[in-house]
Amino acid sequence: MLAMNYRGPRRVRADQKPMPEILHPNDAIIRVTRSCICGSDLHLYHGLVPDTRVGMTFGHEFIGVVEEIGPSVEKLKVGDSVIVPFNIACGTCAFCKQELYGNCHESNPQATAVGGIFGYSHTAGGYDGGQAEFVRVPYADVGPTVIPPGMDHDNAVLLTDVVPTGYQAAEMGGIKAGDTVVVFGAGPVGIMAAKCAWLFGAARVIVFDHVEYRLEFVKNYANCEAYNFRSIEDPVLFVKKTTDWLGADVCIDAVGADASGDAMQTITGKKLLLQAGSATALHWAINSVKKGGIVSIVGVYGPTDNLVPIGNVVNKGITIRANQASVKRLLPRLIEHIEAGRLDPKAMITHRVPLEEVADAYHIFSSKLDNCIKTVLIPPSARR
Amino acid sequence: MENLNNDYTHIKGWGIDADPKNEPTYPMKKYTGDDHKRLNWDRPPLQPVNIEVLHSTERPNITAVFGTSTPPSGLSGAIRRYAFQFSENQYMHWLPLLLADRVNVVEGIVDDLKRGHIPNIFAERGMKAELKHNPKGLAKRILVTVAVTSIAYAILKGKSKKR
Repeated sequence: MLAMNYRGPRRVRADQKPMPEILHPNDAIIRVTRSCICGSDLHLYHGLVPDTRVGMTFGHEFIGVVEEIGPSVEKLKVGDSVIVPFNIACGTCAFCKQELYGNCHESNPQATAVGGIFGYSHTAGGYDGGQAEFVRVPYADVGPTVIPPGMDHDNAVLLTDVVPTGYQAAEMGGIKAGDTVVVFGAGPVGIMAAKCAWLFGAARVIVFDHVEYRLEFVKNYANCEAYNFRSIEDPVLFVKKTTDWLGADVCIDAVGADASGDAMQTITGKKLLLQAGSATALHWAINSVKKGGIVSIVGVYGPTDNLVPIGNVVNKGITIRANQASVKRLLPRLIEHIEAGRLDPKAMITHRVPLEEVADAYHIFSSKLDNCIKTVLIPPSARR
Repeated sequence: MENLNNDYTHIKGWGIDADPKNEPTYPMKKYTGDDHKRLNWDRPPLQPVNIEVLHSTERPNITAVFGTSTPPSGLSGAIRRYAFQFSENQYMHWLPLLLADRVNVVEGIVDDLKRGHIPNIFAERGMKAELKHNPKGLAKRILVTVAVTSIAYAILKGKSKKR
């Protein structure tokens, strides 16, 4: 089968690889019909995540058709079209039972801090991902959800990660009616977080980024204010001035390890790898939020350390809330939002690329060429 | 409040202000009390271990399922095995893994050549897309690379002449 093949930082290609097999009674094999490149895939692509091995297939945002099921699978049948959450969750450990599906303790032997994630290095379990024609999906009775009849599959594929992550970013912000919410990052997750902030009653939503076409998009798509941090001297000071000098009620870091905007963070985090990526967005979020405010983090960082102003967290009495999105928990509500027209995620898709051209697709997304916001890869078998 | 076996009645006011709604993980976490049962959940059936799986020293066993992509091999594999002797808390876990990743890139090129495949690094880096969407940027990149290489070559040549 054809699959994306990681060859090193900024080097990927499409190769023929062996078909995945059922390795556990509750496995399913899914024939992928759409997969996305996530902003967090770029952390892998840029070589920022430890234990990213050459030969791995990335991809944790995918939907497809059930091709084969293991002997204990009861909730899926061959031929079902399914949304596959990016979290691999057993459904039985203490964390899954409490709906912390992003924190499963039975899916990642390599690290205890994160549950298993498809195609996200061995630090997240060593699973090949969905940027392929076929993929092995463990715990098939737990995560995969049948796509509701009539749902556009472009919307469905974005329910695997970007929509739940953006929504949970807003949810973790504990937004109260009347709050001012600042989102750092106008990538797909930041765009969705801005959109969802309104669902929780925000009175004002402000987004920062440095990519003009994305700022233009988020301003229109999420009805928010959008500013280029490169054209203002200091985004933190800007937030203070525009909030009567107090700071935002809620700040969301929707960028993570690849943030731009601070030379020191960029050099130590992205060039020298002395910290787990650049923590510029988180730094700004902590300093922009009001005393007693909430910082919500969904941006992905590596597992080592980051330079952030932790003293200000203490002195300002900030609450930090963070997690990988618990996709399965959120899916029913998000499907309602899409069916009711409150969310329209597919509008973020700018590029549909054949899987064979995965190298170009990664480069376009990484370098923000051709006004790229969200890329969907289409395997050859899904184009027939 | 969940019903604990321990008796805290001798502690005046114990738990009086407990409020699940005043909980930083609410509403992300649905409290069931399973946390306090520790590691005693009914484990799913275990995936047979037919490949080498490195596991964190911060857990007692391999998880019920695991990925089978790219088991450790070669020099990078040896470095990874070393790294997994240390907990996730230590730099000696993560820094060798980053080193192993870089060594693995060289191993990947050697493997390609062994299989008679010369990697098209230009294509793998998406330069076709760069040429299409950012030709000026590509030209600039090529010019900078040529200039840096030429300067380095000139310096090295100058040094060898002096000897």
